[in-house]
Amino acid sequence: MTGSALTLAPAGTWQLDPTHSTVGFEVPYLPGTFRGRFHEIEGALDVSEDGAALNGSAKVASVDVRDENLAAHLRSPDFFDAERHPELRFSANEIELDGEAVQVRGEVTIKGVTKPVDVEGTVTAPLTDSHGNERVGLRLSTTVDRTDFGVSWNMDLPAGGPALGNDVTIVAELYFVKAA
Amino acid sequence: MKVLGISGSLRRDSYNTRLLRDAAKRVPKGLDIELWEGLKAVPPYDEDDDGNEAPAAVTALREAIAGADAVLIATPEYNSSIPGALKNALDWVSRPLATNPLRNKPVAVVGVSTGAFGAVWSQAELRKVLGTIGARVVDGELAVGHAASKIADDGKLTEQSACDAFGMVIGQLTDAVEARTAANEEIAA
Repeated sequence: MTGSALTLAPAGTWQLDPTHSTVGFEVPYLPGTFRGRFHEIEGALDVSEDGAALNGSAKVASVDVRDENLAAHLRSPDFFDAERHPELRFSANEIELDGEAVQVRGEVTIKGVTKPVDVEGTVTAPLTDSHGNERVGLRLSTTVDRTDFGVSWNMDLPAGGPALGNDVTIVAELYFVKAA
Repeated sequence: MKVLGISGSLRRDSYNTRLLRDAAKRVPKGLDIELWEGLKAVPPYDEDDDGNEAPAAVTALREAIAGADAVLIATPEYNSSIPGALKNALDWVSRPLATNPLRNKPVAVVGVSTGAFGAVWSQAELRKVLGTIGARVVDGELAVGHAASKIADDGKLTEQSACDAFGMVIGQLTDAVEARTAANEEIAA
């Protein structure tokens, strides 16, 4: 939305601050929710009078689930297939604001499969940090069916039923810094 | 294209080994199936022995897999599951999980049994294990039951449907190797 984009952040290119940002996932596993994150992420938020565009990617090889062997399994063809599809990608140029609430219509690419997604979240008001950098924050999340992207691994439980859920929530806590 | 053939049976006259030996003679030009015959020498997995110098038989297997473009495993079924010697060898190969030579390696699984079902449970479990190890397991299946009447003494499959299924599995395996090569070249470009 052209008008709404103007309130997301002042016009310009805002680069992702990968140190403070987090891109992760949450998926039902056994009796709880399992979480992981990707350490190597890139992204940019481009704001102009005509609207805003958000683009980002995460390196599959950087997946971190606090267990080396599990991370290796997630990088394998059973899951993300990092060799053949080394990146997860997201792009959007339909961003609507309602106060602090953000609604984004974009596309996510997982394991080489691109699907449209509706993303919801919040935006924090731009501010200037102690080093004089202009910053804006976005918290976004969306839920996808991993099997739509060919991520179909599962294991039956002894009493029946799958160990791993199909609905995966992707959560992004994004810090952007305005480019000079 | 080099394919490492691994039989899950140690028996001298194993139907699965015969099948691989025969396949090595019949594959299309440009495809070389080399039978790995070191399974019996692989010791029981012990992490204490898996240091900088693994047992020689394990090192040989790891190197053989690393040097092959793909792996073709023919397995019998013991008590509804994978033969222990084969599973043990794969456990050795899988360590460390993040860098083992089966990661992303195209692998096909086929099976022959003297019973009716052609080692289908063993094959299913083997595919699961290989997936966990990180291999790129192809979907094609060949399950040959009643081996005595379906595998000739020289290893030839006696039924055309089984020959066709085996051909399809080999085709999928070579396709997977070519797709992997092309994808890696594209990513590198």
